[in-house]
Amino acid sequence: MTIQSSLKQFQESMRRDRQFDFMYSVKDLDLDVSHGPILYIEDLNVSFDGFKAINNLNFYVDAGELRCVIGPNGAGKTTMMDIITGKTQPDSGSAFFGQKIDLLRLSEPEIAEIGIGRKFQKPTVFEYHSVFENLELAMAGDKRVFPTLFARLSGAQRDRIDEVLGIIGLKEHASREAGALSHGQKQWLEIGMLLMQDPHLLLVDEPVAGMTHQEMDRTAELLLSLQGKHSVVVVEHDMDFVRSIAKRVTVLHQGSVLAEGSMDEVQNDPRVVEVYLGE
Amino acid sequence: MSTAIPMQANPLQGDTGGQIMLAVLAITALVVPLLNLAVPESSAWHLSTYTVTLLGKYLTYALLAVAVDLVWGYLGILSLGHGAFFALGGYAMGMYLMRQIGDRGVYGDPVLPDFMVFLDWKELPWFWHGFDMFWFAALMVVLVPGLLAFIFGWLAFRSRVTGVYLSIITQALTYALLLAFFRNEMGFGGNNGLTDFKDILGFDLQSDVTRIGLFLASALALALGYLACRWVVRSRLGRVAVAIRDAESRTRFIGYRVDRVKVAIWTFSAMLAGIAGALYVPQVGIINPGEFSPLNSIELVVWVAVGGRATLYGAVVGAIVVNYGKSYFTGAFPEAWLFALGGLFVLVTLFLPKGITGLLSLLRQRRRSTDVGGKGSTGGAGNVTAEADNGGKAPEASV
Repeated sequence: MTIQSSLKQFQESMRRDRQFDFMYSVKDLDLDVSHGPILYIEDLNVSFDGFKAINNLNFYVDAGELRCVIGPNGAGKTTMMDIITGKTQPDSGSAFFGQKIDLLRLSEPEIAEIGIGRKFQKPTVFEYHSVFENLELAMAGDKRVFPTLFARLSGAQRDRIDEVLGIIGLKEHASREAGALSHGQKQWLEIGMLLMQDPHLLLVDEPVAGMTHQEMDRTAELLLSLQGKHSVVVVEHDMDFVRSIAKRVTVLHQGSVLAEGSMDEVQNDPRVVEVYLGE
Repeated sequence: MSTAIPMQANPLQGDTGGQIMLAVLAITALVVPLLNLAVPESSAWHLSTYTVTLLGKYLTYALLAVAVDLVWGYLGILSLGHGAFFALGGYAMGMYLMRQIGDRGVYGDPVLPDFMVFLDWKELPWFWHGFDMFWFAALMVVLVPGLLAFIFGWLAFRSRVTGVYLSIITQALTYALLLAFFRNEMGFGGNNGLTDFKDILGFDLQSDVTRIGLFLASALALALGYLACRWVVRSRLGRVAVAIRDAESRTRFIGYRVDRVKVAIWTFSAMLAGIAGALYVPQVGIINPGEFSPLNSIELVVWVAVGGRATLYGAVVGAIVVNYGKSYFTGAFPEAWLFALGGLFVLVTLFLPKGITGLLSLLRQRRRSTDVGGKGSTGGAGNVTAEADNGGKAPEASV
């Protein structure tokens, strides 16, 4: 480590607009979205063995917005999600949740706790638990050992589970084992499990991969019903699906934003046509 | 709309197998003392004290098997070292029984147990103090295995050691203890262990009444241990445990501290194993390092597999059936026992992944669905309830 970099690190830790790391706990952080955006990603760079996965990325998502992110393979979509959820550390740049919360300083579980939920491509639900129990386990609350041992469902919590069962359309399947659900139903259940954690921001990775058309329509409805209350970022390959839900679309290419706007604007952008849609 | 909500009020709710098991246990606990004490020895109905002690021993094994099923069936941790916690509980009780001998030993030393006099030790090692009091020994019966399990679990689970690797280190743990307890300098009687016990709480260990008392204590411990495990399994923590078994990283991701859940249940299970060991020792009259043998721990995993994993009552059935078989085989064909045990394990893994209890509920389910099938359309509902009875939670045997 050079003297300059340690000096820089020192200056960074002494900045007057920040608290020392050890001074705050995650629970004290509050989400400030008074300027509009809930997610600020600025000048982000990540490289893996010399390959620039993310290259000077600037990306903003407004509170309550439903945003679709598209882009060819290797455009950096998943890496971006990894950085937001704390799985990957960037080489430089910043990622803020609201105006105040620096995501790069938080660990994975802390980020989950402050309200960023992520759905992975492959649905993982607890196969031997009922749909109801899956939602119960995912519910926000005290998850330490002894409180969990003595936990009883309150009326309000039961109502919340019923509400989410309604949102994801699995009310009739509440007592079925999750392993017996169809692929699409598992995806919805997983979105339901995210909702049980009351997230402010939902990151949804390829929600309709492997779904039938009917299931896709149901998923589109589900995601559209979430916007406003939650901010949602959807990464998806299926263009028809993106067209059916997107107001604003961001096109990533080689680790940075190539175009952003409505589906029509993006589709008519010659650069986008060249790299992606035109293929 | 009401949904199927797991209630906690009654730990036996929906547990038909457990209800039957506890009922049988209660009847046994009533009948055995009668047949032994009230029926004259000349009668064909008389139950010998030898049999009573044998049954009591099976019950402590059953409690041990329940403890193993709790971590294996519900938490997915295949422990090949639970015999260590059983033996530690046994040693704690053995130390109390040694101190009770007093000056009635061969060498007649009022304080030192015989083997210490033999080794020419002048005073009691520090860790033998307090064991002359029953309450202290009883405390150690749960504390020592619990503490060891806590430290072991804290180190292993925090480092996310899972699967086969964890099984191997549990095996190493019990083997290390075996070697340590073999050493005379350890102060636990070395090779010979602790034996020649005279009495417990002032009651003569050889008398029929004491034997019956120990048998009843074992039955009570099994019943309470079973209910406690049932209660844990039916709590939300129990559901978290099953979630960890089926998708560990997913459970971590929704915010549970997987390592702490594992340590808690693992430690609880070790304490139960310690209690089982403490009840075992006064009935068999000896505790030696052989109890730490890795083979014992593997054998008890076989009991659980044979009985049926993730049902709890299956562990009880398995422990009693296999041990009855063992008593019979080792008497009738001493050389064949190990082959029988190995064959049993292969047979169960290949053909009965859910064990004996799984087979029984499968048969019941078949019968029910043919009954219902005759009447018409509700065959599906019959199947669902049968699966629910079974607990429906044992995936194919995986290590």
